[in-house]
Amino acid sequence: MDEHSAVSEHVVTAKEAGLVSCTHCARVWPIGTAACARCGARLVSRDEKSMSRVWAWWFVGLLCYIPANVFPMLQTTFLARTSGDTIVGGAIVLMMHGAIPVGLVILLASVVIPIAKFIAVAYLALSVQFRLPSDQLRRMKLYELVEFIGRWSMIDVFVVAVLTALVQLSVVVSIQPGSAAVAFALAVVFTMLAARSFDSRMIWDSLETPAEAEPDDSRKDFLS
Amino acid sequence: MSSMQNIQADLEQLIACPACDALYRAALPENGERAVCPRCHTVLIAPVDGAVIRVVAFAVAILILLVSAMFMPFLSIEAGGLSHSTSIADAALSFSEYHMLGLSIGVVALIIFVPIARAILVIFALFPLMLDKKPWRGARTAFRLSEELRPWSMAEIFVLGVGVALVKVAAMAHVELGMAFWLFVALVLVTVFQDGFLCRWSIWSALEQGDRQNG
Repeated sequence: MDEHSAVSEHVVTAKEAGLVSCTHCARVWPIGTAACARCGARLVSRDEKSMSRVWAWWFVGLLCYIPANVFPMLQTTFLARTSGDTIVGGAIVLMMHGAIPVGLVILLASVVIPIAKFIAVAYLALSVQFRLPSDQLRRMKLYELVEFIGRWSMIDVFVVAVLTALVQLSVVVSIQPGSAAVAFALAVVFTMLAARSFDSRMIWDSLETPAEAEPDDSRKDFLS
Repeated sequence: MSSMQNIQADLEQLIACPACDALYRAALPENGERAVCPRCHTVLIAPVDGAVIRVVAFAVAILILLVSAMFMPFLSIEAGGLSHSTSIADAALSFSEYHMLGLSIGVVALIIFVPIARAILVIFALFPLMLDKKPWRGARTAFRLSEELRPWSMAEIFVLGVGVALVKVAAMAHVELGMAFWLFVALVLVTVFQDGFLCRWSIWSALEQGDRQNG
């Protein structure tokens, strides 16, 4: 595998070669083509509007995430006494009952990952907008991590769904969902949309050298 | 040396990394090997022998598992002579009884509709290809839709959520795991295997060539 020899060299991008790439099926077309003739996806060389979409979803996501933590996620009625648990409160109760790993999973999926995701998406967007010269590969890995892990935050919503359906023992004990469930689900969906709106090709644009880079055959052949 | 015309003449042999836009001449790696973008390390091509048949077979399996899970007992609890059981549909729809209809619809979509829709779209897109026939009209749109739906298919996250819920309940009641629970666990494994065999680039070029050869 000689693929690593190419890293130090300047890589020709589809944009520099006067082409537009399809992010769905990897086919390339002459620049200006509106839709990919292979898979039908809309073609944009660099989605300039993507940053405003990222920030729009990011802000609504954050707006939903605040009530998601303030209001109770689920309410337990035990012998006619009802008590509500927020996300953090519920995880702490679990850990006090000895289920420490499960409490940690909930804290990780519902608190650590969402907050880290807000920070990561903001950092990626700012780094592209201000053309920060930070390590592209590291930012790419961060983006892939955000895309991969974001969906897992939905776990707490499913926990509430299952508990609500299952724990219905007439007057003794029953569980109802709290209003935070809706806000939390929306926050997860909106941050997923924020991450998906991000055009990762723009991370790599700061590497581009100005016009003198003429496409050269030898540079395109290292894909083995 | 090459010129722009030269590049545009053989556009079909080029591949642009969907993650970083680097342009390469596509060369099919050996079966089981992977072509990786040297710049951002995104996997570009990862062909597997008989991938189309396997992907279709897994999609059929997912469909059967999901539909049969709908009609099987899922979970039941029992404590102090009181008992209650629930199906997958009850769990998915549980929010609707508490004025959260929208959330209920969302949960049903994420754990039932989207996985079923993806399986049907993949079967529709690839079934003729499996028999070396011309793909059906709309096959490409179907495959693109199925790929776009991928992050919204959350059956595996649901299974983990069930696990967490069971730990919470285990302290207060006896829980019985029904057939539907195990079908969902199997579903997660099948989905993971299917994703491992799915090389998007190979399927896209197969769809393109299938149309050309038999059209």
